[in-house]
Amino acid sequence: MLEEKNRWEEKPVEVAFNSITKRFPPDILANNQVSFEVKKGTVHALLGENGAGKTTLMNILYGLLLPDEGEIIIRGKPTKISSPREAINLGIGMVHQHFKLIPTHTVSENIVLGLTSTPFFFPAEKAEFEIKSLSEKYGLKIDPRARVWQLSAGEKQKVEILKALYRRANILILDEPTSVLTPQEAEELFATLRAMKEEGKTCIFITHKLNEVKEIADVVTVMRKGKVVSTTLSSQVSLEELARMTVGKEVISVVPRKITSDKTILQLQEVSAMGDRDFPALLNISLTVRKGEIVGVAGIAGNGQKELAEVIVGLRPVTKGHIFLEDREITNLLPRDIASSGVAYIPEDRHLGLVGEMSVAENLLLRGYSQPPFSQGFWVDWEKAEAYSEKLISNYQISPPLSDIPVRILSGGNRQRVVIARELERKPKLVIASNPTAGLDVSGVEAIHKLLIKAQEEGAGILLISGDLDELLKLSNRIVIMFRGEIVGEKEKEHWTEEDRREIGLRMGGVKR
Amino acid sequence: MILELILGTLNRALAYGTPLLLATLGEICVERAGVLNLGVEGMMMLGAFSSFVVAYVTSNPWLGILGGAIAGGLFSLIHAFSSITLRANQTVSGLALTMLGTGIAETLGRNWEGKVLSSPIKPFSEDFLSLFPPGVRTLFRDSNLLVVGSIILALVLWFFLFKTKPGLSLRSCGENPAACDALGINVWKVRYMAVFGGGVMAGLGGAYIAVAYRPAWSSGMTQGMGWLAVALTIFSFWNPLYAPLGAYLFGALFHLAFRLQVFVAPEILNSLPYLFPVVALVFVSRLAFRKKIGVPGSLGKPYERGEWE
Repeated sequence: MLEEKNRWEEKPVEVAFNSITKRFPPDILANNQVSFEVKKGTVHALLGENGAGKTTLMNILYGLLLPDEGEIIIRGKPTKISSPREAINLGIGMVHQHFKLIPTHTVSENIVLGLTSTPFFFPAEKAEFEIKSLSEKYGLKIDPRARVWQLSAGEKQKVEILKALYRRANILILDEPTSVLTPQEAEELFATLRAMKEEGKTCIFITHKLNEVKEIADVVTVMRKGKVVSTTLSSQVSLEELARMTVGKEVISVVPRKITSDKTILQLQEVSAMGDRDFPALLNISLTVRKGEIVGVAGIAGNGQKELAEVIVGLRPVTKGHIFLEDREITNLLPRDIASSGVAYIPEDRHLGLVGEMSVAENLLLRGYSQPPFSQGFWVDWEKAEAYSEKLISNYQISPPLSDIPVRILSGGNRQRVVIARELERKPKLVIASNPTAGLDVSGVEAIHKLLIKAQEEGAGILLISGDLDELLKLSNRIVIMFRGEIVGEKEKEHWTEEDRREIGLRMGGVKR
Repeated sequence: MILELILGTLNRALAYGTPLLLATLGEICVERAGVLNLGVEGMMMLGAFSSFVVAYVTSNPWLGILGGAIAGGLFSLIHAFSSITLRANQTVSGLALTMLGTGIAETLGRNWEGKVLSSPIKPFSEDFLSLFPPGVRTLFRDSNLLVVGSIILALVLWFFLFKTKPGLSLRSCGENPAACDALGINVWKVRYMAVFGGGVMAGLGGAYIAVAYRPAWSSGMTQGMGWLAVALTIFSFWNPLYAPLGAYLFGALFHLAFRLQVFVAPEILNSLPYLFPVVALVFVSRLAFRKKIGVPGSLGKPYERGEWE
């Protein structure tokens, strides 16, 4: 153990982060005095929840963002990296979570694109030989002449890694590389990383999955809320410790709450659905929400939560299983029919909930414009609409209190209030809220939480999907945990404890009990 | 006899299709970089007018051609500035360019109306053509250096786009500018150069009309060819190699409309060239097709460096 630690300490430092601070206006502190070292020839995991600041830090290293304070030291030299091109020249490569490839081009065209050393004539053809030898060396099997749109996600990732290796990258940043991979593909990726390590290359690996850290990383740095919690050898830390460091230890405020009845509002029976990439996104999900109950859905983004919300409100076809609202089956009904039978939807993407160019009043009317009292046949009664929107603006404290301004000029928190006002004012039986407080400041978060609790007290069943575990522990009567499209755990509690937080954190990271 | 008729038609198709081909090649170059320039008609008109004036004043038609190309290129920079730098709506900006170009050419051209060039670019001489077999002679009877040059330009542009490094960068900027930016390619520079190149080619197309095809100034002499070029760009699936086929097919249809009007109503014949783009569009819009055929992925979308995601 000690020997291993010494061996690690003897290795030269490849990258050092020195008090990096990055703010995003108005008041988001994405990185707060981040300092740690990455040693040459190691796989270094960067672990943390959504919004912990991992990707921001890596974007700074890759020259996509400039830090407000602090410096990056590469091989002993303080360096200012102000563009990706400079990062590439320093031997840094990055595989983004969303691939930056050109689908209609061939693999080799994508690899040579933008390189100054590429020959003028036949740039792609001349590179094929080297690409082939690189792919053999690192186990990245791919046909250089294949067109990228024909490739699977795993193959595209191989192209991205080859792109970096072809640019002689010594430091490879991978942003959540396994989130798009099948388990087999993930194994192949790990083999590639090990081969790179043997060549003396350094990998920085962003992840939320705890067992991956143990499997592939030599060293792990845990980040939470923009700060580094710790940097340790991964062999010297347990999964439980990692989970605790990732999710933190804040005091959980307990809101006393009770379920008013046993009446089932929403029931999903073995529901399956496909994702956007023709890959099953939901697998046999069974779930109930009772009247007056808040059911929290915990999980790391991209494990099927978005698809879960979409199948319930009718935006995504259900391929198998049944969904019931009270006693009525609503499987694969039109979104409008589902909404009018009493389902409110607060989507994750606020562009989906609002029409930016239209006024606040018009946006508030989007659900009800075609029904009385606002509409009698063909015409919309704008006087009533105006009065209604004035009422909602004051009840939900939307500011500025003007109903005729375009919604896009409101702040994020107020835009969210418009969505919530429109959805909750209909007195829904069921509310589907998908990350309703994402990107809001503290007071905005508080206000939204109060509105959700009020809806609960009025008898609505609420399905709260959130990437923020604190939020779920604060509001939920029951929490289900999603991982890779399945529900991997469920807990019901009056009071949530530290032990619950740790356990949920572990399950979110894919650790089975 | 039949062969003679076909070769004769093709001869006219070459002569009439050349300005279309030049403008189409220009628009392919621009759209491959991700910019939609609907100002082709305006650039052609301005190119035609400038080349006519230069050729008239200097009595040198080749200087006229040069003048037309430069005028088209410089004029296109207005579109480049508004659509790339200011990120304005490309459709609106392009339409404005067409209106502005035709407006300028017609206003300034009022005093030139009906004037005739004393020294236009002439078709190949009989002496030169007699070096070739009779069929070739018939085929190229009305052609000149520009006609042959535009065919070579099509080949060169194809090679440039698909087999060279700057060509790869240009196509990539049309597909995914954000990826190019991340790789250190200057998207703005590439797009400016593509728009300028497209303007030069459209200017050349206009110049060909004014200095070679119909060497006398009359307003509106491009006859909407700029619009046809925009359609031909789609028809040739953004590939310079297919552009001559489309351009000469249009040329032949126009000629046949003239020749066959004894038998068929000319209105029907004249509408034929416009029906083809409609058919082409039906094909292109099918998604499966779209993947294999080169609709540039970011066509018409201004590029802006994103903030944090």
